[in-house]
Parts: sequence; C-alpha cells; structure tokens
Amino acid sequence: MHLLEITGLTKSFGGLQALGGVDFHIDELEIVSVIGPNGAGKTTFFNTISGLVVPDEGRIVFEDEDIAGLEPSEITKRGIARTFQNVRLFPDMTILENVMVAQHCRTETGVWGALFNTPTFRNEERAIEERAKDILGFFGTRLTGYRFRQPAYVLSYANRRRLEIARAMGTMPRLLLLDEPTAGMNPKETAELTGLIRKLRDEKGFTIVVIEHEMRVVRDVSDRVVVLDHGVKIAEGSYDEVSSNPDVIEAYLGRPAEEGA
Amino acid sequence: MTTTAERADFRFNWVDSFLLALRIAAIFVVVWGTVGALALGFVGEGLSGSAWKDLIVAGLAQGSMYGLIALGYSMVYGVLGFINFAHGEVFMAGAMVGFFVADYFFTSGLWVSNFVIAILIVLVVAVATSTFTAVLIEKVAYRPLRNSPRLIPLITSIGVSFFLQNAVLGLVGPAVKTYPQAPTWLSQKISVLGLQIEGTKLLVIVIAVVSMIGLWLFVERTKTGRAMRAVAEDKEIAALMGIDVDRTIVTTFAVGGAMAGVAGILWALLFRGVSFITGFLPGIKAFTAAVLGGIGNLVGAMAGGVLLGLFESLGPNVVLRGLRWEIPVSLGIAALAAGIGVAVLAWRRGRVSVASVAGALIMLGIAGIGQWSIVIPGLTQLKDVVAFSALVLVLIFKPSGLFGEQLADEDRA
Amino acid sequence: MNQMPTRRSATDLDWDRVRRWGIYAGLTMAFLSSIGMVESLDKRLIVDPILSLGFLALLWVPVAFGYAATYEEAKEGMAAPEKGERDLIGGLAAGLIGGLFFVAFIAIADAVDLRGVFPRIGPALIDLLTFGRGTAVGGLLWLMISGLLGMFGGLLHVLPVRVRRAVTNALTAVFLVALVEIAVVDIFESLRLTVISDWIYAKNGGVTIAGAIVVGALAALSSVRSEGDAVVRFRTRYATMEGDERKRFNLIAGAVGLVLAVVLPMVLGGLTNELLANVGLFLLMALGLNLVVGYAGLLDLGYVAFFAVGAYTTAILTSPLSPKWTPMLTLDFFSIEGWVVMVVVVAVAALSGLVVGTPVIRLRGDYLAIVTLGFGEIVRILFLSDWLAPAFGGAQGIRNIPAAVAGPAEINGTKPQTIFYLVVIFVGIAVYVAWRLYHSRIGRAWAALREDEDVAEAMGVETTKMKLLAFITGAILASFGGMIFAVKVGSVFPSSFKLIVSIIVLVIVIVGGMGSIPGVVVGSLVLIGILGGPTQPGLLAEFGEFKLLIYGALLVFMMLRRPEGLWPSVQRQRELHQEEILQDAWLKAEAAADSAGER
Ligand SMILES: Nc1ncnc2c1ncn2[C@@H]1O[C@H](COP(=O)(O)OP(=O)(O)OP(=O)(O)O)[C@@H](O)[C@H]1O
Ligand SMILES: [Mg+2]
Repeated sequence: MHLLEITGLTKSFGGLQALGGVDFHIDELEIVSVIGPNGAGKTTFFNTISGLVVPDEGRIVFEDEDIAGLEPSEITKRGIARTFQNVRLFPDMTILENVMVAQHCRTETGVWGALFNTPTFRNEERAIEERAKDILGFFGTRLTGYRFRQPAYVLSYANRRRLEIARAMGTMPRLLLLDEPTAGMNPKETAELTGLIRKLRDEKGFTIVVIEHEMRVVRDVSDRVVVLDHGVKIAEGSYDEVSSNPDVIEAYLGRPAEEGA
Repeated sequence: MTTTAERADFRFNWVDSFLLALRIAAIFVVVWGTVGALALGFVGEGLSGSAWKDLIVAGLAQGSMYGLIALGYSMVYGVLGFINFAHGEVFMAGAMVGFFVADYFFTSGLWVSNFVIAILIVLVVAVATSTFTAVLIEKVAYRPLRNSPRLIPLITSIGVSFFLQNAVLGLVGPAVKTYPQAPTWLSQKISVLGLQIEGTKLLVIVIAVVSMIGLWLFVERTKTGRAMRAVAEDKEIAALMGIDVDRTIVTTFAVGGAMAGVAGILWALLFRGVSFITGFLPGIKAFTAAVLGGIGNLVGAMAGGVLLGLFESLGPNVVLRGLRWEIPVSLGIAALAAGIGVAVLAWRRGRVSVASVAGALIMLGIAGIGQWSIVIPGLTQLKDVVAFSALVLVLIFKPSGLFGEQLADEDRA
Repeated sequence: MNQMPTRRSATDLDWDRVRRWGIYAGLTMAFLSSIGMVESLDKRLIVDPILSLGFLALLWVPVAFGYAATYEEAKEGMAAPEKGERDLIGGLAAGLIGGLFFVAFIAIADAVDLRGVFPRIGPALIDLLTFGRGTAVGGLLWLMISGLLGMFGGLLHVLPVRVRRAVTNALTAVFLVALVEIAVVDIFESLRLTVISDWIYAKNGGVTIAGAIVVGALAALSSVRSEGDAVVRFRTRYATMEGDERKRFNLIAGAVGLVLAVVLPMVLGGLTNELLANVGLFLLMALGLNLVVGYAGLLDLGYVAFFAVGAYTTAILTSPLSPKWTPMLTLDFFSIEGWVVMVVVVAVAALSGLVVGTPVIRLRGDYLAIVTLGFGEIVRILFLSDWLAPAFGGAQGIRNIPAAVAGPAEINGTKPQTIFYLVVIFVGIAVYVAWRLYHSRIGRAWAALREDEDVAEAMGVETTKMKLLAFITGAILASFGGMIFAVKVGSVFPSSFKLIVSIIVLVIVIVGGMGSIPGVVVGSLVLIGILGGPTQPGLLAEFGEFKLLIYGALLVFMMLRRPEGLWPSVQRQRELHQEEILQDAWLKAEAAADSAGER
C-alpha cells in the first residue's frame, strides 16, 4: 500500500491541458523529485494534491482515502503540507505566529476556551508555542531568539524559504510537498538545504515530494525522479536512469530546430 | 482559486448546501411567480395586454439608462480592478447641473420654442459636468492609490460618494428639482414593432443605443481605445509598450463619466425629478447590471442593464403578484414527479444547476399540493427589494456575468 | 547631484505648488461658504466675541493650505530642505491667492443673485462675510486675513520644534476647551464650581478672552517643558511593550477606565451622559465591525442589519404593541425573563450572521462588500414594507418598548445615566471578547486569512468556518447594540437603520485604526463625541447638517494619508516601521512587491 497514490490526474485551464492523466505514487519515508521544463504542470500537480485546484478527473488516494475535491484545509488536516514556489508567508505576522497558525488544524479549543482562558486553552497555547519554537530551532539560530517576535517580511529571501518550510512542518504532516525550495538561493545555501531535506526525512520522518530545477539537488536527495512535460509523465526512475533518458533530454533541450521553422 | 461554482461531484459541505437551497428558493419563486402571472392573465385577473407592453417598454427605457451608467463601472473595473462606488454621484451631478440649464431655458422660452436645441445643449452640459466630475475624482482620490490593495480604493470611493452627495445637498439644498415638462409631441405614443412606445421612452432608447455604438467604435477602432484595452490587460506591459497609462486611465474615467452624463439626461426625461440622493440607487443597480453582463465587458454592461431594467419593471408587478396564484393540485403532483425525475438525472450527472431546478420543481409540487398562495400588499414598495435581490443573486451565483468578464489576471484572484 | 548646500534665495520656491494650493484654498473657502457652513456655525462661539465656529471653519483653510504650499519633502540621502524666509513668502503668496479667489467669490455673490441655484448664498451670507462693511472693505480685510494666515502656515515650517509645538498646543487647547463647553459646565455645575466655569465661558457661549489667554498659556507652558509629542511617544511605547509589561498596562488602563465609567455618570448631567451613551453605543458596534473588517479582513457594508435585528428582536419580545402572538417579557437583568430575551437576541443575531455570511464568504472582497450592502438594504426595506407590517409595524415601527430593569433600577432613555451604565457593561464585554479572541488561535487564523486567504486555507485554517465565526461574533455584538438602542429610544422604526449607520461605524473603525481596540475607542470618542451619530448630536451639535459631508471627506482623507488610522494596531504599526527595519534597499523592494502581490 502506497502512502499516496494518484491515478489519471487531469486538469485543464480553458483550452490548456496542464495535467493530462498523471499516475504517481510515493511510499512512506521516500523522497521523490518531480522535474520538468517550465510550464510542465509541476506546480499544478501540487495544487491539485493540496486542493487549491480541483482536478477535472483522477483519483488522489492518501492513506486509503480519496481526497480529490476536498477543501485544502481538510487535506492539510489529513497530513499533507506544502510550500509555495513564490514564497507566500503571512508577512505582517511574526515569525513565531507564522508557525503557530499552521498548527490550527492540530488544535481545537474554540471560542469558549479562548474567552474563559480555560486550562486546556492555556496548555494548548503553551504547547503550540513550544512546538513552534522547536520547529524553528531546526534551522539553527537563524529563525530563533529575537527573531521570534519579528514580522516575517524582515527576513532575507533564503530565510523566508526556510520559514515556509517551518510553517509547513507546523501543520505536522506526513507528506511534505516542497515547490522549488532552493530557487533564488546561492550555492552554499542550496547545499545546506539539500542536507536539510534529507534530515527532514531521516530525523523528522516526513515523506517528501520535491519540485526542483537544480539537478545537483535532485541527484543528492531523490530516491526516485519523476519527469513531467506538457502535463504528461514522460519518465520515472532513479536519477541516473532518468538523466540518460533521451525523451527527458529532448524535453529539456527541445527538439533539434527543424529547418525553416 | 478554490471557488468553482460547479464542482465535479457532489461533495457538499454546509456552504454548498446553503447555496443550493438559496438557488432553489430563487428559481422556485421566479417560476411560480411567472407561471402564476401568466395563469392569472389567462383567467382575466392578471395584467392586461397593454399593461404588459407598457411594463416592457418602461423596463427597456430604464434598462438602457442603467446600461449607460453600467459602462462606467465596467470600464473602471476592467482597467483598474476596483468598484468606483462614487459613479452614481457622477451621474447625479450631470443630471443636477443639467436641471439648472434646462430651468434657465424654460424661463427664457427656448425650451418651449425649440426643444431639440435646448435638450441638446442640456445634454452637452450634463456630459461635460459628469466627465469633469469623474476625472476630478480620479485625480484627487484614486490616482494616489493606484497600487494599494483592492479594498482601499473601494473604501475611498464610498467616502467620495458620501462627500459628493452631501456637497450637492449643501450647495443646492434638499428639495427635489423637477425638470420642465417636455413638449406634448414627445409624450405621444408611437407604434414601433407592434409596441406602443411613448415618444420620450423611444428617445431614451435611441440616445442610449447611439451612445453605445459610439462608445463601441471608440474602444474598438481608435488608438486611445486600443490603449485602454492594453492597459486593462496589463498595466506594466502597456507602459513598456509606450502607452501613457495615466492618460489612458483618465480617458477611461472621462468616457465613463460622459456616459453617466448622458444617462443623467435620460433620467431627467424619464422621471424629471433630481435630488442629491438620485445617484445612489441607479448607481447600485447599474453596478448589478455591469456584473450581470460580465464586468469589463462593454456590450455585456449594456445588455445587463436592459435585462435588469426589464426584471425590475416586471419583477414586482408580475413575479411577486403571480405568487397569489394557487398552483392546482394536479399540476403540483406533476411538478413533484418531474422534480424527482430531474433530481435523479442531476445525481447521475453531478450537476448543481440541474439539481437546483429539480429542487425548485419539488418545491413547486409541495406548494401546489399544500395549496399555498402568497398575497403581498404594497408591491411597489418592494421594487428595490427586487433590485437588491437581483444584485445579491447575481453576485453570488454569476459573479463572472452572463457574457463573460474581461479582466486582467491579477484582478480575478 | 551636487551635494554641496548652496544658499537658496528667498524666492526660490516651488511657485507652481504655491499657486496650486492658493487656488485650492480659495475654492475651499468659497465652497464652505456656499454650503452654508459659515452661516450655520456662526451661532456657536469659540472665543467670545471675536471668533465663532463658522469663521473658524474658514480660517483654518489658509493656514493649512499655506503650510501645504510650502511643504518640502525630505528626500533620503539629501540634505534636509532648509527653511527660512522663503516659507513665509510662499505661505503669504498662497494665502493671498486664496484670498483673491475668495474675494472674487464674495464680489460675484454680491453682484449676482445666485439664490436660484445656491440657496445658501444670499445677502445674509454676504453681510456676514464682509463683516457688514460692504464688499470693498470686506474684500480688503479678507485679503489681509488670508495672506497673514497663509504666512502663519508657512511660519510653522520655520519655527523651532518647541515653539511650534507650544503654539499649536495652545491653539488646540483653546479649541478643545471651547469644544467641551457643555460637558464642563455640566460637571462644574454638579460640583458646584460654577465660579470657575462662569469665568472661563462667556454667557453667549464660547471661551472668554481672558479664559482663552490663560488656557492657551498653560498649554503652551506645559508643552515647552515636555520632550516631543506626548501622544505619539506614548503610542509608540505602547506598541513596543512586550508580554507582562503590556498586560500590566492593559490592566491598569482597564481599571482606570472602569473607575471613570462608574464615577463619571454621577457627576455628569443628562446631556453629557446622553452623549457618552451614544459614543458607547457606536463603540459597541465599532468593536463588532472591527472583528469583521479589522481582524478577518471582510468588508461588511450591511452591518447595520444586525443592529436592526437586535433592536427589532428586543422590541418584539418586550413591547406590548408588538403582535399578539409574541411573548411580552421584561428585559430584567436580574430575572430569568431578561436572560431569555438576551439569549433570544443572541440566537437571532447569530442566525442572521450565518444567513448573511454563508452565501457571501466565497466572494472576492469587493463583491462581498456590495452584497452585504444589498442585504442591509433588503432587511431595512422589508422592515418598512406593508407586507411584513403585521410583524414589524411598517414605517411606524414598534413603539412602547418598556424600560429595562436591573434590580431596583429602571433603565431607559429618559435617564441617560442608566443607559450609559448598561452600555459600559456591554462595551466591557465586547472589548474582552475581542481581546481574548484576538490572542487565541482564532485570532491568528483571522490574521492569516486576512493576509492571504488561499495560503491560510492551504495551511489548514478552515477559512469558511473562521469567516462565519467573524460574521457571527460581529453580528452578536451589533445586536447587543440594537438591544440597548431599543431600550434607550423606546421604539424602533426602519429609518434608524439606514446604510449611513454602517458607513459611520466603518468610518470609526478606519479613523481609529483597523484591528486596533484602542484605536476604535479613540475613533468613536472623537467622531461620535464631537460630530455625533447619524441622528444623534455630538459636542459640536451645530455640525449636524454637515456631518455626513465631513464623514465622507474624512474617509477619503484617511485612506489617502493615514490608512492605518489614528491609533494603529501593533501589526500595522509594524508596517509603519518597516522602513526602519529594512535598511537593505533590496529587501525593501522585495517587501513592497510582496505586499502588492499578496493581497
Ligand atoms: N490558475 C491557472 N489558470 C490558468 N492557467 C494556469 C493556472 N495555473 C497554471 N496554469 C497554466 O498551466 C501550465 C502549467 O503551469 P505550472 O505552474 O504547473 O508549471 P510548472 O511546471 O510549475 O512551471 P515552472 O517550472 O515555471 O514553475 C502553464 O502553462 C500555466 O500557465
Ligand atoms: Mg511551478
């Protein structure tokens, strides 16, 4: 039984077919990379899994349950969290709050708890805060200490990406979807993040799907690589298999220019 | 992004169910009322044939006026992506200043001796006033907010709207100003396409159609028009292509204002009375028309206006009145059966709109079997309820309009 | 650019700007006169006998516009613009230009009878504007006044900070003292200190000249001794307080507020209590709307509907004139009956919040605003209609709503003190609710969904549920307002629930500061206290007919100049300090792009 199993996932925007029947699966504690040229439909793939886009057809089975068409928050609650390609933090909330709010679906005290400041409420608040600090500590000292109370927009680009991962971790998922986590980072930061992704799996026990353009990262982290092009899966296998696949090379480099075209 | 009116399958949560119920109720009331009105007419208790036609003509005339105002909402939303709440006041300003000119012509005799010239001058003055007002508002209130979040200019425009209303109230006083009577030859009925149309209403419709065609030519055929469309598509790219974005936006406001000015005179011809509050309701209704036609879509705005005008004139007198009709039990049973049939079909297809029709049919069946009938006194009081309900229903169920919206990507969010 | 400061000549001014602001000044003065403001407000004296509110409404114009005409932006990385005679000259010029326009206006108004179009421009106005001395003399006087005041506006740039503060504080103090005349006389009367109030205030109203000098001097003296603007300093301090300190401060502020709330009504007279009760009523609504608009970011323009629902529910439950089939309960807070009424009010409000909220929460923000406006109007027209008149009484509404009862005390509009106490209790509840919710997971969820709805949803926040919760909480708070309103007025009818109520509550929230509880308190005190509600007079009751004009103008002004409000929330305060925190230009650009793109 796979942790996540997708069959025949299809999505069109108007006339444009962004996903044309994609099959996909991932097992517990696996790291799978999804690669493909720009506009291949990778982000759309994530959007359909996380529920931000409702697929036209196809089944998305997560832990034995078809989650296609559920509200995004429901999907997150079931244990899938994601980051965004174009970093989307809550910029005016503090760094700590960004991670605390992600635990919304793991907590339940409602209006009464808040109004009467019940012991359950207080314990829960304390637990949320502790856990948020704990998660932020995972990234070294960059996001800790005085940073806790700073608004998120003061962060540097790389730190914003880290905070986004921290926020996704805050929802306590089993499956983590990372959309181009190294985009805009310098080589040193990229290398560090590569290690971090492995650590996320090895130490924290997340199963991870990562979209990447940086081939070195793909090589270093992936157990398996899936290649999308024009919304269709054109190859799948280990990094070495995929990187020598002629279809993949063609998708990336384009067909040799036809005469007069 | 998550909003999809028609989800692929029935996976209803509470909100969807509520919306479905609302839809069913709306369809139920409209169908019952319409059928009831027809049935009442059949037994001679309903409206007479000429009353029907009069209502339709009135709806057409008023609707074309709404359409003209709607153009301003639609263009501004298309280009800048926000609701210019003060547009109704732009319309009012034209009508108000036009009144003083008309009144002057009346005392000087021109109004009676040469009505055509007089009304043309009044029209020009009204158009100039509205254009000026619209451009002024843009410059003072909206330009500094060009890149703020969408709600900020909306709130600003609410402030502008109240300011203008009360400024006019302060300047000219609260009394309703009544335009002088149009000459008698205008109030005679003319027969067009089998409809007996009062001259004024015909004039209104003609002016509206002519303005609409002029605007369409302007937007489609001139360089400025093309610039407008480019700016609507993407401001930054338009600027890179060498288009003067500021000027184009001013033009947009000016053209929208001009159309509102024309509408102001049409209002004067139709209703004659103008006061500081005149702009509010037509403004809201015209906004409904703009959304109904698909915001950003000019032809749609006009069509939406006409539809809304018809709906508003027929709504209370036909639909609400028709609710008096008791659905015969036999028909009720038939509706119930049909409703259950359609419901099965809807379930198979997974389509929300089919399901809502089914629900409405079932409701009709229940109403018929239960011998319901609703008699509403003071129907005309509910005219605005009909208009506002139309507003609410259109925005909730058809926010992209009947003819498709034309917006830049960033505004669609 | 050459960074060497070269001496600028005294006429090296942005003349274009001066001319523009001069013309604006003239037009503004003409406008204010044409709408009858000068004439209507002339009856209220500020400083007896030299200055009336009407003239004050004109005279601020050259000062402010003269100040604006000579304003120069301090550009980053450049030497601060030097100030000097040039500012005086610019201000003078702007004032003169404005005066010229205004004099032209007076002359035209004198020569041509404009009353056919502008009913307020008549001989009485001309007489007033020319000080009864004819156009020529009056015109000259105006040129002089306007020029001098414009120059004073320019002078404000030149004066050393301390002096400027002293001058502005002195003027503000005199104005404020004149403003609160009713309340002060009220208090001093009940304290039997009429000696003092008789000395400060003249018989025809307004501050006496001697009083004005003393008050002004005191204010000037006290401000010379202090460092910086006390209010601003305090606000920044408050915004940067952390954890315990903040908690302690809030507790102290709350305690002081409570003591004031208990003691004040005893020493105040009926009028002032009435005024404060109105402030409290609007504050209650503003706190509710603040939850919806400020916290959750949903622009609700039909908020008055919930106020109406609360009022009508109370009326139907308690009035003997409501339909026969309804119960007739007493709103007795010490008996079960009163609690039944309140529970029903809350339930009906929550239900209507749900009914209005559910269909709109999927809409984009601006459509949501318009749809809620539509709902608000539908509710009002239905209350007004003959169709539902058997239940709601049509245009007559429902009368004879009995007083509320709390033990031995009767609470109704004829005893404004009692209403005030009632309002205070409910405002206290509202503040508590807003504060607790804001600092809980619900408040965080609201903040997230205000900042980026899609992402909030993707991070597991049930946005539909949270939005509905905001709507319902807001509706309940408004319905409490409606309940008190019904008891206070003793009757409810549809014309009390017009769109303008929603708009005024929105203006309070925006002027005070969206999402900020102290802001909303300040907003209602300032706006309702001074200008008054839609039908309720404020301290400046003379403003009555111009109130809505001012509300409209204020809304626009705030959006353009100070969208974060008078007392911004901590979060928006952060946005303000964004500049300081981001030294890095690149980061700044990033942040700007973010905030543009992510809303
Ligand atoms: N909401 C949408 N509406 C319309 N078209 C969309 C939408 N989202 C994606 N698309 C289109 O679908 C196609 C796939 O886009 P997607 O973002 O999934 O590509 P991608 O593989 O993530 O590319 P990149 O590497 O640039 O991130 C693109 O052509 C895009 O324009
Ligand atoms: Mg992508």
